[in-house]
Amino acid sequence: MDSDDRPLSPHLQIYRFPTTVITSITHRITGALLALGTLGVTYWLIALASGPQVYAAARAFFGNGFVQLILFFWTYALFYHLCNGIRHLGWAIDYGFELERARKSAVAVFVAAGILTVITWLFALS
Amino acid sequence: MSFRTPLKQALGLGASHSGTSRWWAQRVSSVALVPLLIWLIIGIVRHGGADYTDAQAWLSSPITAVLTILTLVASFYHGALGMQVIVEDYVSHETVQLALVVLVKFAAMVLAVAGIFAVLLVALGG
Repeated sequence: MDSDDRPLSPHLQIYRFPTTVITSITHRITGALLALGTLGVTYWLIALASGPQVYAAARAFFGNGFVQLILFFWTYALFYHLCNGIRHLGWAIDYGFELERARKSAVAVFVAAGILTVITWLFALS
Repeated sequence: MSFRTPLKQALGLGASHSGTSRWWAQRVSSVALVPLLIWLIIGIVRHGGADYTDAQAWLSSPITAVLTILTLVASFYHGALGMQVIVEDYVSHETVQLALVVLVKFAAMVLAVAGIFAVLLVALGG
């Protein structure tokens, strides 16, 4: 009996990820990125405590165009994790856990994080 | 019928050996982080790119210093718990997993102490 043409389900290449699945894995990825970013936070604090010269070097580092770009995406990760974290806290007290509301709040988190990131950088650069 | 011993059932800690204690700790720290991070983001937007004197003045005010230290404690506590879950989920080799979890805990502790010490230096030294 030939079994080669039997369907594989769910197959990763044809499986459409539900929005809530994407928010879940994004929450984990952004969390890991934030943990990595604490290196930058600690560097800034130590530089400030180490005197004007070290601080000037740190300021130049964070002012670098490429680093600023990373900081922009890091800000998005922070707002994403913050907004989705609040969503998770809602679930923990049994709020908004119905499938349709969870799907809507998933989209809302992606959008809210984007808006907050742009607003933050508009203020930061002005 | 259950094959669990009465002691096992009374403790109710399940297969993770620690029950829901880590889940709970993750939620409690996240509740603290919501207001703290909103405060910190506003502070960084206003003072992040500041020159040495301004940054020193900002961080050495008692309110800023205390809130920054609280944010560091909650962040590294929350981050270490999260990274531990990620390691335990994806690294199945027991020895490697144990080594990575210890590394996560050590790294979080080192960065937290370094950050807190830097804040204290700025706040008390100025």
